[in-house]
Amino acid sequence: MKVLTLNFLTCAVKACKTTSTSFPLHPKDCELVSDTIAPNPQLLLNVLPRIDWNALIITAGELGFPTLPPTPPTREELESNEKMMTELHTLLLETQISEGSLVCGNCGHEYKIKEGIANFLLPNHLV
Amino acid sequence: MSRPEDTLPPDLHYNDAEARKYTTSSRIQNIQASMTNRALELLDLSSPSMILDIGCGSGLSGEILSSIDPSAGGPHIWVGMDISPSMLDVALQRDVEGDLMLADMGQGVPFRAGSFDAAISISAIQWLCNAESSEVSSTGRLSRFFNGLYASLKRGGRAVCQFYPKNDLQRTMISGAAIKAGFGAGILEDDPGTKNAKLYLVLTVGGSAEEGTGGDITGVVKGMEDVDVLDARKKHREKGRREIKKGSKAWILNKKEQMERKGKVVKNSSKYTGRKRHITF
Ligand SMILES: C[S@@+](CC[C@H](N)C(=O)[O-])C[C@H]1O[C@@H](n2cnc3c(N)ncnc32)[C@H](O)[C@@H]1O
Ligand SMILES: [Zn+2]
Repeated sequence: MKVLTLNFLTCAVKACKTTSTSFPLHPKDCELVSDTIAPNPQLLLNVLPRIDWNALIITAGELGFPTLPPTPPTREELESNEKMMTELHTLLLETQISEGSLVCGNCGHEYKIKEGIANFLLPNHLV
Repeated sequence: MSRPEDTLPPDLHYNDAEARKYTTSSRIQNIQASMTNRALELLDLSSPSMILDIGCGSGLSGEILSSIDPSAGGPHIWVGMDISPSMLDVALQRDVEGDLMLADMGQGVPFRAGSFDAAISISAIQWLCNAESSEVSSTGRLSRFFNGLYASLKRGGRAVCQFYPKNDLQRTMISGAAIKAGFGAGILEDDPGTKNAKLYLVLTVGGSAEEGTGGDITGVVKGMEDVDVLDARKKHREKGRREIKKGSKAWILNKKEQMERKGKVVKNSSKYTGRKRHITF
């Protein structure tokens, strides 16, 4: 699973929809792989305003990446800064969690990830 | 012809053998590809987008999304949800580029509000009409799915779901649930009346009224033949306005629903919702 996807995923447990501690999900015992993906600057510019930057800072820290700047780049900054574009591409699209789990900070539910596939199936009473 | 939907739950029907048979059949590959391309045409994406594929299966649609040429507005990235581990396993073996997750659309769409530019679903949502167990009704599953989908799309976003309703009742149940969730909805029928007839539920998440026709369903399908624009959304609202008394329980539930749709956080409703609170000492 890509770091970008993790920035959009929330806990699926019904009771967690109303809390802020349920996002972002926290990687636990995760193995990372790096997949080569063709650069797609237009895509990054498109999703940039939708990225929850504070959540991304948390995730990057938890995955052991160097600290991100405290605020996201503007569209213009990202457009004109090739290095930043490459770094974001590497972090958001090429870095993938292959094994481990994602843990909700509110209810503690663990979503297992196997071969990159996260299991979001819930027992009915939690839905 | 018997419908697999009527005999087994999806994760059992799409077992290892069926998943492989399904994905390697060139007949199925061709049909799924042409429906994916039709859905893409209806989504009308002009630049690389983030797409949710519901019931993505072995990734036949996803492979198309990943391979769209920049001159045609691609390539897109996608996240696929599917309930069948075997189908997802075949997707892994095919080394698809999208992210895959094992998830039941009837349990909702676990993404924060406004995550996706668009959503696509090919030959999957009719499965929602078959309740997995007696504990959960198909109405409940349909509404969780469409409410979740609505919230996960950005304003002005679209979803196109090709589906195979068993009968008119299912067709109405599905489109009705989408409208109830807040979508503008239309049904497009290709080759109507033939055995190759295909139905596409075209859904839009309206921006504000001032934004004009951009997100509006009538704009999307204008000029197309065999489109049935469903305007029940309007009826639903008007009816609501007449009958619901401000401050009543129904009014509060309605407000909550609206807030939830906008991705706002609301308290769970209970039998106490909307009751007068008596002061106690
Ligand atoms: C006919 S296949 C279509 C697969 C893919 N969309 C394609 O066009 O090749 C239907 C898919 O819907 C999935 N499905 C059925 N019910 C589902 C549910 N409740 N949640 C997620 N996926 C579901 C099945 O597992 C299966 O992979
Ligand atoms: Zn949770």
